[in-house]
Amino acid sequence: MSSERLIWNVKKEGIIKRIKEGQRKDGRDMMERRELKVTPGLIETAEGSSMVELGDTKVIAGIKLNIGTPFPDQPEKGALFTGVELYPVASPSYETGPPREQTIEISRVVDRGIRESNMINLEELCIEPGEKVWTVAIDIFPLDQDGNIIDASAIAAVSALINAKIPKYEDGDIIRGEYQKELPVTDTPIASTFSKLGNEIIMDPALEEEKAQDGRITIYTNDKGNVCASQKGGNSSFKRDEIKNIIKEAVKQSKKPRKELLKNK
Amino acid sequence: MKEKKLMKKGKRLDGRGKEDLRDITIEAGKLKRADGSAYLEWGGNKIIAAVYGPRECFPRHQRSPYKARLDYYYRLAPFSVEDRANPKPSRRGIEISKVSAEALSDVVFLEYFPNTTIDVYTVVLQAQAGTRCAALTAASVALADAGIPMKGLMPSCAAGKIEGEVVLDLSKDEDQCGEADLPIAYLPNKDEITLMQMDGDMTPKEYEEAVDLAVEGCMKVYEIQKKALKEKYRQFNEGGE
Repeated sequence: MSSERLIWNVKKEGIIKRIKEGQRKDGRDMMERRELKVTPGLIETAEGSSMVELGDTKVIAGIKLNIGTPFPDQPEKGALFTGVELYPVASPSYETGPPREQTIEISRVVDRGIRESNMINLEELCIEPGEKVWTVAIDIFPLDQDGNIIDASAIAAVSALINAKIPKYEDGDIIRGEYQKELPVTDTPIASTFSKLGNEIIMDPALEEEKAQDGRITIYTNDKGNVCASQKGGNSSFKRDEIKNIIKEAVKQSKKPRKELLKNK
Repeated sequence: MKEKKLMKKGKRLDGRGKEDLRDITIEAGKLKRADGSAYLEWGGNKIIAAVYGPRECFPRHQRSPYKARLDYYYRLAPFSVEDRANPKPSRRGIEISKVSAEALSDVVFLEYFPNTTIDVYTVVLQAQAGTRCAALTAASVALADAGIPMKGLMPSCAAGKIEGEVVLDLSKDEDQCGEADLPIAYLPNKDEITLMQMDGDMTPKEYEEAVDLAVEGCMKVYEIQKKALKEKYRQFNEGGE
């Protein structure tokens, strides 16, 4: 795999030079997201699903609901779980096997945005306090990694949750394929990731830009326009002014994708 | 097993005759990062296959100086079935991957690429019976899309037995309530069977009949595979994708 690394290092200089001149390979502005295409409800076996295309990056997310026992400290709340699998259909550099730290970071960042925005009313998922609650499993499967899997995964997860319905539950049995109501969704958190290359900052890195980046910041914003989760990754540090600007852009640029997701509601 | 009527006046529950396939569509080259790929819908099955290689083989001790190594992975997405599938590889998945890899290894000219590996990844996004055949059918198209030399395209299809009758391509109800299922993969160019499994109960005569019917099904799938590949290049010619 070292030869692949070498190629990206050679390309990096050219990419940074171009960005300094105010140019991105795909002609985007520095603070512009790629075109977003959302296709909810693709998977009939899931209680909710959505395929998200962010430029050429493709991610599919599926929601499964099950009956479980609540956490002892939250006896009247349903439970939520987010898993990402970087299965090698999406990229030649992904490998099979147990999740690595990169996979776990993405799962946890996506999970945090959903959890901290309180987008799902977990109290409504309680069936019998302390005994039986609905558990929501969000499974995310990237299909084509052309940069910024985090944002594509986060948007796919939120879109799939908006699409999800709660199955009928009678005499202790889940009746799959028949639904009682929609999943109680109260917010639409949107993730926006920014890359730092040298001293330049760009939004929504495409693959080449992501490979050349020194650092990244992901900002999750909610319907109110507040920040509900964030994550910095990579070796490069950020100035306070840069972070201020990133937050401003994240709030501004989340409006359009939010509208897109709610359109399908 | 619950009792259910699977045949009515020679027709099956979904309206098919005994020798009819479910609807199949295949699109070649759907993914950007993979060297070759295919998206397939077969009845309610939705499957993506991606191929990488020939590429350097790691770990080194798995290399062969005589031929390429071919790895095949069959995966059920957790949301592809009614009750969420555990993301850990299942024993069933490992077995399917093994026999599928062996089938493809006989078809790809591995000896052209010593010391390398060819990786075939399939993922079932939605499962409705017959996923191993559907995945292998998609994988064969993805290998061709990657430009890997082969003896030919390898379609795959199952025959089975419901209410005493041998039928083609079992649906989900038929798979659950039927009497037997016999998936095969077939190489039309050589008239050879490259994968065969079976469970259930059949007389030797029914078994023979089922193999013949499954081969017939494979020939129909073969035409759809060829069409998918031609379609990709037709789009190229017309300046499409």
